[in-house]
Amino acid sequence: MTAAHVRLPPRTRRGVLHWLRRNLFNTWYNALLTVGALYLIVVALKAIIGWALVDAVWTGSNEECRAAIGDGACWSVIGVKLRFILFGTYPFEEQWRPMLAVALFVAMAVISSWRVLWSRTLVLGWVFLLVVLGFLMRGGVLGLMSVPTEQWGGLPVTIMLAAIGVTLSLPLAFLLALGRRSTMPLIRALSIGYIEVVRGVPLISVLFMSSVMFPLFLPEGITIDKLLRAQVGIILFSAAYLAEVVRGGLQAVPAGQYEAADALGLGFWRKTRLVVMPQAVRHVIPPMVNSFIATFKDTSLVVVIGLYDLLHAARTATNEPTWRAFTTEAYIFVALIFFICCFAMSRYSRRLEAAPGNKGERAAS
Amino acid sequence: MTIRAATGARPNAAFFRIVSGRGALQALYQALVLGAIGGVLFYLVSNTLDNLSSRSIATGFDFIGREAGFPIAEHVIDYAPTSSYGRAYLVGILNTLLVSAIGIVLATVLGVLIGVARLSSNWLIARLAGGYVELLRNTPLILLLVLWYGLFLSLPPPRQAITSLDGDLLVSNRGLNFALPAFEATHGWALILVALGILGWIALARFARRRRAETGKGFPVVFPGLALAFLPGLALFLIAGAPVTLERPELQGFNITGGGRLGAEFLVLVFGLSTYTAAYIAEVVRAGILAVPRGQSEAALALGLGRGHALRLVLLPQALRLIVPPTTNQYLNLAKNSSLAVGIGYQELVSIGNTTINQTGQAIEGVLMIMAVYLTISLTISTAMNWYNRAIALRGTRR
Repeated sequence: MTAAHVRLPPRTRRGVLHWLRRNLFNTWYNALLTVGALYLIVVALKAIIGWALVDAVWTGSNEECRAAIGDGACWSVIGVKLRFILFGTYPFEEQWRPMLAVALFVAMAVISSWRVLWSRTLVLGWVFLLVVLGFLMRGGVLGLMSVPTEQWGGLPVTIMLAAIGVTLSLPLAFLLALGRRSTMPLIRALSIGYIEVVRGVPLISVLFMSSVMFPLFLPEGITIDKLLRAQVGIILFSAAYLAEVVRGGLQAVPAGQYEAADALGLGFWRKTRLVVMPQAVRHVIPPMVNSFIATFKDTSLVVVIGLYDLLHAARTATNEPTWRAFTTEAYIFVALIFFICCFAMSRYSRRLEAAPGNKGERAAS
Repeated sequence: MTIRAATGARPNAAFFRIVSGRGALQALYQALVLGAIGGVLFYLVSNTLDNLSSRSIATGFDFIGREAGFPIAEHVIDYAPTSSYGRAYLVGILNTLLVSAIGIVLATVLGVLIGVARLSSNWLIARLAGGYVELLRNTPLILLLVLWYGLFLSLPPPRQAITSLDGDLLVSNRGLNFALPAFEATHGWALILVALGILGWIALARFARRRRAETGKGFPVVFPGLALAFLPGLALFLIAGAPVTLERPELQGFNITGGGRLGAEFLVLVFGLSTYTAAYIAEVVRAGILAVPRGQSEAALALGLGRGHALRLVLLPQALRLIVPPTTNQYLNLAKNSSLAVGIGYQELVSIGNTTINQTGQAIEGVLMIMAVYLTISLTISTAMNWYNRAIALRGTRR
């Protein structure tokens, strides 16, 4: 090969200046937008950093905080009220229990995010863990002090409502999704009716129903505690949404799979369990994570029927006269907890979606 | 029974159904399910009736005619505490509809802007829009609402209201007060002319479209249409001597009266709902635009269409087809989420329904009325959107 045939590689253009020109100043209007946006960012950041960091009171007393009103945030309210915000009215000496419960839950969630470990055992593990956590919180066994659910509060309640809500709504959702695709007219009509009615009303009205109507449904003398009633409401609500997600997955399973299963002579339930569902579920795991995020966020609505979730605990924690001015700080703290959890989950769902083996048709949602 | 294999006909399907028992089995399943549901319902209803009679709670919808007795701060139609529960419900429904309608419009505008911004070639703008979407989508709406409400309440009280526009606009922690022209007959006539003008504009657009389809020649629509819509009304207004008397907001005691007013709760709710939903709509818009194949825009440009025409005639119609159905869901969500107003004390349907339940004790009727209204809203929006969706669907293809 002679030198004449060797073509130099195209000159790579790199460097900060080139990047800036290409991404921020490629046209005159983009340049204008960039400058405008930069200005806004600087102004906003200056105000936010000034309030939240520079002029903020981090560990000071209540007096110091009050002196800083209008200039800076009072983060010491979080320090003082941390345990109340996180655990509500749970007995103080026993708060290691909700703390342990949350830790176990988070550990299990982290383990489950590892795809290699997905198996039937893991599902059973979850059911087992939720039962153990229930006993840990409730007490009354193994020498643990009994703590009635009225005293539960904060983060464990939020997590419990969401986790049990999703876990128990899954089987119902599978049934509803199958029912909606059933050839039996009555079953189909009932499933469609349930799904559409529940999806047509706001969660708040379902929670109101669970809090004011449900007690009337039960025979006299039997009462079910408020937390459980709200939990039932959340399960019934989330099942309708999950059912649509599952249905999307069922539709994504090619017709040939159903026919092959029929040809093998499998009955309806075995066909569903062995052939259809495993494929359908694989399709819909990312939207299911999204559905879980939605349920997790929705649990904060139980504040309107007076349950002590994270939001309500934050509101109550800052309800005494000396700290009333700093409710915003407590809310921001709670918002941060929610954001971190939901953001992690949504990133995770996106990674699942992009993962190899999930490249097939995406489930319609 | 014999199988008529000799004639080559298919084996009698009904025969096999009965032998395999599938038809009978299905009937049995359905009967069982129906029986179970019926049994549960009967049990619950009989319990409820027992409970109601033993607690001597009235049933039925008689309470609708009785005096409500509670005030409602913001109402579109006349309302006083002496009005009936029925009227209170109506006020609540109208408030819900008002918030939803305004929220939907704002959320759409903001959502489209942010969705397009996420695709901007400008790195900074794209990142900002992305950050907005992540931040809002991963925080519970009710938390955002109480946060915005807290921020709004930190504005100065009415006595020290921020005054701008020469006293025509007052901002305080109670809301927004602004000067409003008093309504006069001339305004009504002018508005009627504008409405007629808009109808004329629509007719003109139809004519132009038909002409293009038949002759291939265009006809200007935008500017003649605008003129047709607004000039007659404006002319009437000017001929009548442009009668405007402003009612200006004034401080009286601890409150501001006169002029138009938008309450703090209303503003916060509309702001919170539309910014939150906009984040979701932005994602829908982004996905819709990304889903139109590159070849489409290249083909449009190759045909000699300008950028604007390519966008309007080729790209947008295709993107819209993907954007409309999920956006409808977001509209429905917004309407349902307006019920979170309960958390900040704006009196819409759920809030008023809740007060009614607390006062009358008639929980079942109250909750059912709330649910019925939301179901109606949901069905209406989805029917309207299905209709629109069919209208913009590809002709000649079944969806």
